[in-house]
Amino acid sequence: MSTERPNPDELLQRLNAEEAHARRGRLKIFFGASAGVGKTYSMLSAARVAQSQGTPLTIGIVETHGRSETDELLSGLPVLPQKEMEYRGRVIREFDLDAALAFGRDHPDGLVLVDELAHSNVQGSRHPKRWQDVEELLAAGFHVWTTMNVQHLESLNDIVSGITDIQVRETVPDRLFDDADEVVVVDLPPDELIDRLRQGKVYVPQQAELASKNFFRKGNLLALRELALRRTADRVDDEMQAYRLRSSVQPIWPNRESLLACVGPGEYGEKVVRSCARLAAQLGVSWHAVYIEVPTPRGRDQRQDHVLRVLKLAGDLGAVTASIAAPSVASALVRYAREHNLSRLVMGRPSRRWRWWPGSRPIMEAIEAEADDLDIVQVSRSRTAAIFSRQSSASTVQPESSWGGYAAAAIACLLTALLAVPLLDVFELTNIVMFFLLVIVGIALRYGRGPAVLAAFVSVALFDFIFVTPQFSFAVSDIQYLVTFAVMLIVALVIGQLTAGLKVQAEAAMERERRVRGLYEMARDLSAVLMLEQVSHIGARFLTTEFNVNSALLVADYQDRLQIMPGATAEVDMAVAQWAFTHGEAAGWSTDTLPASRCLVLPLKATMRQRGVLAIEPIENTLLSPERRRVLDTCASLLAISIERIHYIDVAQTTTVQMESERLRNSLLSAISHDLRTPLASLLGLADTLLLTKPSLAGQQLELLQSIRAATLRMNSLVNNLLDMARLESGIVQLNRQWQPLEEVIGSALALCKPMLDDRPLQVRLAPDLPLLNLDAILIERVMVNLLENAAKYTPAGTPIEIMARTDGGNVVVTVDDHGPGLPPGREEAIFEKFERVKKESATPGVGLGLAICRAIMEAHGGTIRAENRETGGARFILTLPRGEPPLDDGTEPDGDNASIGESSNE
Amino acid sequence: MSEVKARVLIVEDETVIRRFVRLALESTDHDVFEADSLKRGLIEAGTRCPDLVVLDLGLPDGDGVDFIRDLRNWSNTPVIVLSARSGETDKIDALDAGADDYLVKPFGIGELIARVRAQLRRHVQQTPVGETLIQFGNVRIDLVRRIVERNGQVIHLTPIEYRLLAYLISQPDRVLTHRQLLNAVWGAGHTEDTHYVRVHMANLRKKIEENPSLPKHFLTEAGIGYRFIREDT
Repeated sequence: MSTERPNPDELLQRLNAEEAHARRGRLKIFFGASAGVGKTYSMLSAARVAQSQGTPLTIGIVETHGRSETDELLSGLPVLPQKEMEYRGRVIREFDLDAALAFGRDHPDGLVLVDELAHSNVQGSRHPKRWQDVEELLAAGFHVWTTMNVQHLESLNDIVSGITDIQVRETVPDRLFDDADEVVVVDLPPDELIDRLRQGKVYVPQQAELASKNFFRKGNLLALRELALRRTADRVDDEMQAYRLRSSVQPIWPNRESLLACVGPGEYGEKVVRSCARLAAQLGVSWHAVYIEVPTPRGRDQRQDHVLRVLKLAGDLGAVTASIAAPSVASALVRYAREHNLSRLVMGRPSRRWRWWPGSRPIMEAIEAEADDLDIVQVSRSRTAAIFSRQSSASTVQPESSWGGYAAAAIACLLTALLAVPLLDVFELTNIVMFFLLVIVGIALRYGRGPAVLAAFVSVALFDFIFVTPQFSFAVSDIQYLVTFAVMLIVALVIGQLTAGLKVQAEAAMERERRVRGLYEMARDLSAVLMLEQVSHIGARFLTTEFNVNSALLVADYQDRLQIMPGATAEVDMAVAQWAFTHGEAAGWSTDTLPASRCLVLPLKATMRQRGVLAIEPIENTLLSPERRRVLDTCASLLAISIERIHYIDVAQTTTVQMESERLRNSLLSAISHDLRTPLASLLGLADTLLLTKPSLAGQQLELLQSIRAATLRMNSLVNNLLDMARLESGIVQLNRQWQPLEEVIGSALALCKPMLDDRPLQVRLAPDLPLLNLDAILIERVMVNLLENAAKYTPAGTPIEIMARTDGGNVVVTVDDHGPGLPPGREEAIFEKFERVKKESATPGVGLGLAICRAIMEAHGGTIRAENRETGGARFILTLPRGEPPLDDGTEPDGDNASIGESSNE
Repeated sequence: MSEVKARVLIVEDETVIRRFVRLALESTDHDVFEADSLKRGLIEAGTRCPDLVVLDLGLPDGDGVDFIRDLRNWSNTPVIVLSARSGETDKIDALDAGADDYLVKPFGIGELIARVRAQLRRHVQQTPVGETLIQFGNVRIDLVRRIVERNGQVIHLTPIEYRLLAYLISQPDRVLTHRQLLNAVWGAGHTEDTHYVRVHMANLRKKIEENPSLPKHFLTEAGIGYRFIREDT
């Protein structure tokens, strides 16, 4: 087989992952088979080494369990103060996440040590689990070291409890372990561990006795040790594979045989999910978990809660979860698998109880019939499975069975029988059967499947008892009635099943339809909205009618502060809202973050940025199904888009106003400019004309005329300066930048200043390697002209002026030197102020705008201008301009590059 | 200097300016006609057949640029534009439309007369086609053999530099915008790449001008374009 190239999608994904990884902090896990192997000890020893190498670190929390060796290690290491929390009258000390975050901010490369990753936080903490605290630390970019035992790994949880018979409730999702940057296995042979236990080095003595009996049996320890080592080996294998993929050494591409865990309503759903998670981890593929909700009229709520828990577990284990309402489990599963390109289905072994039931073909066979290309993995129904089912079934209240329905079914059948008795003479027996069937349809519609089944049996019995000869006896004289009974029963059962199913489906469909219509209506209403308040009201109305919840819309203002919009009906916990907003994740009720809060807070993510949050306060405390959550998320994104749209309407309006005022200002300026210049042009022209008229003026008259002319020119330059300043000050300076050689701009400035500089020696030295600069030629020319004019004005006639330009790093530096008296010391900066002159009221003309204009122009170009006195006397003005990246293409023809014109014959 | 007697049309709404321009031009023996609006100007230009038009861009009944476009449909008469300093785009539009030179208000009469003289001379000289040997300063260009010499030494030019040079010297005293030069040398597809012209112009100056930062023949009109002047000023 030829070597395959890495899949570009995968490379991109890896790049993204690496990028995300670079921002995240590094996680190191000290991993052991059981308590007492010395994880905390190893972590602290490593920490001491790191500290001696100068790594800033702090101990977030370490539980020494009174072990003296560990205590010794702890001394000298900085420890963060713990948070004291009150819970049921007791003060409990917990890891202080905020203190750790603050430490991390002060020490960007710092390291936080957090013992016991699987620990559950006391109620009222920000996150229910410590590993979530650690995740937040990592997400903020801080490095964390932590410890953990194998029994706390979520996917191994059931196996461990199967081995040890002890339920472990504190678990950590596998992805945390798999994504950790480093895992250090702390290993101790079981015999040594038991020794240590006996010596009292592990727990304090009175606990040790009890503990060793239950947990520290050699068999247990051996098994746990094997599990720990194997799990780590799996991880190493993954790393190895990832490395091989990365370096493309003989690539082994996993074919995407993703898994689909089919969660049933029974208690084995949990086992299926765990097995599937393990399998997916081993295969290194992604997996989904779905629950197909088949319409059943009763017990729906009770099962729903259990299924939701299982789906949540699956989500925690890394699955994509969904719950789908469909009439047929098999076809829904097949469709889902096809849509998501999943080729293996993992499901529990079917129960044996109802095998004979008509129409209850095992799901597996049904799937095979629909799609024979899907692999099916069966999970055994072993006893070790259902830790959390036991716990959950204990906690869920069994719903009261609808005895009423059954009673009604029985009574309806009896009534039918009684009513049919007088009709016996009129109708054939077959038609009386029809009456019963009609009643069964009615019962199925009204009370659902169970009562319909009962009605079917009762009807057959009554029919036999009352109508079939011999009457009032179950005995049957004519054997062919047995066929009638059988057919009647089957028909009744089937009709009942179908009718009940249809009814439930119709209800579910209507429910969905109503919700979707609600969303549509909200979207339609939102599309016409122009104010944030309206968005808030529409959102609140939708949530109240569809979900029966209180809500509040919080929108971020320009300083990213959340503001509650009018129309809010929920009481918002601002801490939760702020957390959700800054992290861009849902928080509060029914999430992993601050679940003790009354509110669920969803971030409003729009295309460009977070726009705010939506707080939802449930009126009745029920679990949130994935469907409802999805609708809520959709609602949140609709609101976010509307808020963003309103934001951009604002922006567009502001821009239009700005453009309009800019245009007005420009036309005003050019009108003023025209009106001021026209009389000046007349003055100058008339003065010149007088000079040209014959006979020529003489003596004093000529002198006066020259003065008029000079004054006009001076007036013109004042007007120019004032107009330029007005333009530069009026807002954003509009630069007409083009790439050009500096030489050209200096040349044109010199040409303009020629009349002023005629008798001065002028030296221009430009470095030969000057790059093209991105300039507004006219404005930079103005800067140069102003500087040259100043030099001409303030230095004695005949003294030289020097212009130099060179590159200096990322800038081009231009200096203009004169040999005049220099600048007054200490005022080198002040001369760039507006209306600032070196000497007040001097005979030299000007209002002191020239240098202020220069500075404004240079700053608009991203450059600087400053002045200094040279050591050898005279002033020096220093300009810097950013080099930028000049275009490489200068229009040279590629083929004509070397040919030259002028060399004898080119054509 | 032998002055050609020419017919000059002034299109300007400001009476005083019209007046002194007229006086100045009459003092150099030209026949002067006046128009105070765009419409009047076009009529005068059609009936008087002027040798030169002096045009103010801001006219009460329309834009001077429209006047130039109209005029260029049927006449090659040189046009000198009068404009305010701030309107760089107006000037470029006017030059692209076919104006030959511009003067910024306020302007000196001496300057006006010099520009008028240069345009009239160019207009007269252009007619006899076939000058193949062009000389200015110490540079000699043989258009037939495509040889450029400075101080008797042959200078090597790239094809682009030569095309640029040839186009500039074919229109002396006239302001050529970047766009016009790009169009003539690089073709219509490059009219936004103004740095092409600037880069090659700088190279050309280095080869031809004695002091490239103080050019005498290839002058820069900042933000607008270039002007070739044959005589030393």
